[in-house]
Amino acid sequence: MANATAAVTHGEHEPTTTGLDHRKLLMWAFLGSDCMFFGTLIATYLVYKNKSIEGALPIDVFDIPVTSVSTFVLLMSSMSMVMAYAWLTRGNLKAFRIWLASTAIMGATFLAFQMFEFRDFAVHGQLTPRTNLFGSTFFTLTGFHGAHVTLGVVWLLSILFHSFRKGGVTPEKNLDVDLAALYWHFVDIVWIVIFTVVYLFGVFEGFPGAAVSTGH
Amino acid sequence: MSQQEETRVEESQDAHSVHTGHPTPATYFKVAMALSILTAIEVGIFYITALSYAIIPILAILSIGKFALVVMYYMHLKFDHPIFSGMFFFGMFVATGVIFALMALFSWFLI
Amino acid sequence: MTTIPLAIPRPVHPTGIWSWITTIDHKRIGILYGVTAFLMFFSGGIEALLIRIQLARPEQNLITPEIFNQLFTMHATTMIFLGVMPLSAAFFNFVVPLQIGARDVAFPRLNAFSYWTFLGGALILKMSWLTGSAPNGGWFGYSPLTGITYNPGHGIDVWILSLQVLGIASLAASFNFIVTILNMRAPGMGLMRMPLFTWMTLVTAILLVLAFPVITVALIELFFDRAFGMNFFNVAAGANAVLWQHLFWVFGHPEVYILILPAMGIVSDIIPVFSRKPLFGYGTVVLAGVIIAFMGWMVWSHHMFTVGLGPVANSVFAVTTMMIAVPTGIKVFNWMGTMWGGSLSFKTPMLFALGFVTMFVIGGISGVMHAIAPSDAQQQDTYFIVAHIHYVLFGGAIFAILAGVYYWFPKLTGRMYDEKQGQMHFWLMFIGQNITFFPMHFTGLNGMPRRIYSYYGGLGWDFWNLVSTLGALILAVGFLIFIYNMAKSWRKGEVAGSDPWDGRTLEWSIPSPPPEYNFVEIPHVEDRDDWWEEKQRRRERRAVPVVAGGSDADEGHDIHLPQPSYWPFFVSLGLFIGGMGLIYLMNVDADGIRTLNWAALTVTVAGLFMGVVSVYRWSFEPVNDPEPDGGHAAH
Ligand SMILES: [Cu+2]
Repeated sequence: MANATAAVTHGEHEPTTTGLDHRKLLMWAFLGSDCMFFGTLIATYLVYKNKSIEGALPIDVFDIPVTSVSTFVLLMSSMSMVMAYAWLTRGNLKAFRIWLASTAIMGATFLAFQMFEFRDFAVHGQLTPRTNLFGSTFFTLTGFHGAHVTLGVVWLLSILFHSFRKGGVTPEKNLDVDLAALYWHFVDIVWIVIFTVVYLFGVFEGFPGAAVSTGH
Repeated sequence: MSQQEETRVEESQDAHSVHTGHPTPATYFKVAMALSILTAIEVGIFYITALSYAIIPILAILSIGKFALVVMYYMHLKFDHPIFSGMFFFGMFVATGVIFALMALFSWFLI
Repeated sequence: MTTIPLAIPRPVHPTGIWSWITTIDHKRIGILYGVTAFLMFFSGGIEALLIRIQLARPEQNLITPEIFNQLFTMHATTMIFLGVMPLSAAFFNFVVPLQIGARDVAFPRLNAFSYWTFLGGALILKMSWLTGSAPNGGWFGYSPLTGITYNPGHGIDVWILSLQVLGIASLAASFNFIVTILNMRAPGMGLMRMPLFTWMTLVTAILLVLAFPVITVALIELFFDRAFGMNFFNVAAGANAVLWQHLFWVFGHPEVYILILPAMGIVSDIIPVFSRKPLFGYGTVVLAGVIIAFMGWMVWSHHMFTVGLGPVANSVFAVTTMMIAVPTGIKVFNWMGTMWGGSLSFKTPMLFALGFVTMFVIGGISGVMHAIAPSDAQQQDTYFIVAHIHYVLFGGAIFAILAGVYYWFPKLTGRMYDEKQGQMHFWLMFIGQNITFFPMHFTGLNGMPRRIYSYYGGLGWDFWNLVSTLGALILAVGFLIFIYNMAKSWRKGEVAGSDPWDGRTLEWSIPSPPPEYNFVEIPHVEDRDDWWEEKQRRRERRAVPVVAGGSDADEGHDIHLPQPSYWPFFVSLGLFIGGMGLIYLMNVDADGIRTLNWAALTVTVAGLFMGVVSVYRWSFEPVNDPEPDGGHAAH
């Protein structure tokens, strides 16, 4: 048990066993855990798919072209985010801010689409979370996704404001942005799954479970 | 085991300073184009009624492709430490398993 | 690093209540966890005693059926979420950083946050006795019994919100320990050199971060049903109440491994020390733990054999459940192999560890009986199940935790517990355990259902129920001796020295109690059981008698430690207030008409606002102030 030298704990420059940063490790563990969160919500949605007794169904309310646009916006926000990060590591703070701001704007746009969609479902489709199983499962799943996006937008905007402080955001501290970016991309891939499984499969009648529902 | 880890420490000591091995903005842009095209195909294919049930595996594969592109390039998993992939994909794997098991339990075994 | 001007200065309280509120020292947080969890554990014990007294004789009316329902719900919820889990967390906190040669955990403030949040969740649950709305739906809260139709009032909401808050606490702690164990090991400590307790902590933490989101979602769905009239478990709207059972047990089965794996880790560390032999088949024990954690995801429906899932599902889950007994059995043989040919010493920690092994084997065997679906159909919802769970959780987890308490007590306090009283405690526990819970196998097989508040005489249950109650009283006496022993020895016990057990792992290489910075110099690990090997190496070199390093406090002068912080406490306080508000958010009258409770909404928003502001302050507060002497160990 020879004593290692220079093992003084200090700040974020301490050496770690894996050489990886604590916070990044934490973020990935969190994302693995969040998979289970959305996995359970998606499981609930699928288990109850086509089991609603009354009220509007996916085919009555979904507007695939409109949702495709908002999906596209969210996908592009991911590109914008990764661009912001790339420019930060290259030391171009101005480009970083522009891409970061556009990411937040696109995130907000996605949320606006979602709010519009929810309102539309309620007003024209007569679908609320209380209407039927589809309403409960759909609004809860997409609502929690929306909450994740909202948190992400707040996080990105905090970084943006912080970057105007001297030394607030620097290429050396790119990890702060990296973590927010990981979270943002995760929210994006959850939407990739939701778009296919909930929206596209939702309008498609041949999905397993549909055959079962006709019996009820 | 521990020796491997020690060498890994040396290799990745500056892993989070500047990502030298990482793709350039041009690559990110290409990935974004691929994502857009895949989404367009998804939506387009959706209106081809002739495909019938075949649409399910096609759409599933397309969205898995999108998922993989974002995870590998935008989230850097392709270039990062395997422990990150391990953590994320174990969660993914269990979540997927639970979803399929519950679907099976509810839709097929009961009826 | 930039300095953000702080309106509230950094806390500097070396002693007193604020030093505990703002502490981020993993050892002090471990003590907070342990003491709180034992208090909760004893409150759950009192609930159990009331149940046993009510059931001592047939047709007693000491307790009303309503209170009885609350008692068994509170007893189980308390023991699992406020007893065993936080007691394990106390060991994670105190022991793991010492075993891996670290000065603290990876996120000290997150660690403080997880304790205070746990306390908040515990108070939400326990305070419901005072408001009279203790939950009464059983610890797994089956739908539709927990629906607003059958369970009006706020009891179930208390249960939901306290579990949510406790879940946040557990998740925070688990993320922290995953990162700590992967990333803060002393140089040379490869994964396969980690002590078994650290290994099992890692496995448990991974299980937990994957299992808790499932129950979080299930509880959210239940809450939405109750508060907002959604349809997740509303059978009238086509919902299937069995979904709740599935979601609960998808979480619930990994949860039982979350309870038992740390216990197995403790025992795997203790048996080698008191056998003076290395753990037999180290790699196998580790692998068995990992396999258990993996297979733990494939067995949940064994809790639902009588639901009517059909022969295919029942067979699949029966087979996977029988298979998961194999790695568990492997561990038992490894513990036996460790003792084989060892020079055994039966001190209290070893006695409790052996108690764990024997009791857990009995509980494991009745567990395999439940795996046989047709056999389970006879045992479902009888006292046979109650016997099984108490053999694995009381005879299992609690025995191992007590073994750990006695084992690490000298390290924690620097003093030795009273061995004679410890042995007495063990024998009372061992006898009491078997007198209380073994007869439940008989009453169960004789058809006595669980969760009945009373029963008629002459059904063949009278005698064994009385025996069980007497056993429970023996357990209570045992715990009184335990409390006396701990309280007295902590202040007046013999000075223990740094390595009273001739230990094998790194925590025994430093003084007792450990200094704030743990290790003067971070050790360099060359072997599994490194401290033991180090002692042999020094003996071979005929070096000076081996003493644990760094007793001179001045040596720690240049060590930078993370500084105390107010914010974790205030985030937790915000969560507590917000959780309390949410419980009463909606009033549902007898006709199912929902009205918003504005006062509760205000409280909720205020609590969440407090939490958000504190999170913000936390994120902009550096771990260490940049002043040159700001981060030094306080002396
Ligand atoms: Cu189980």
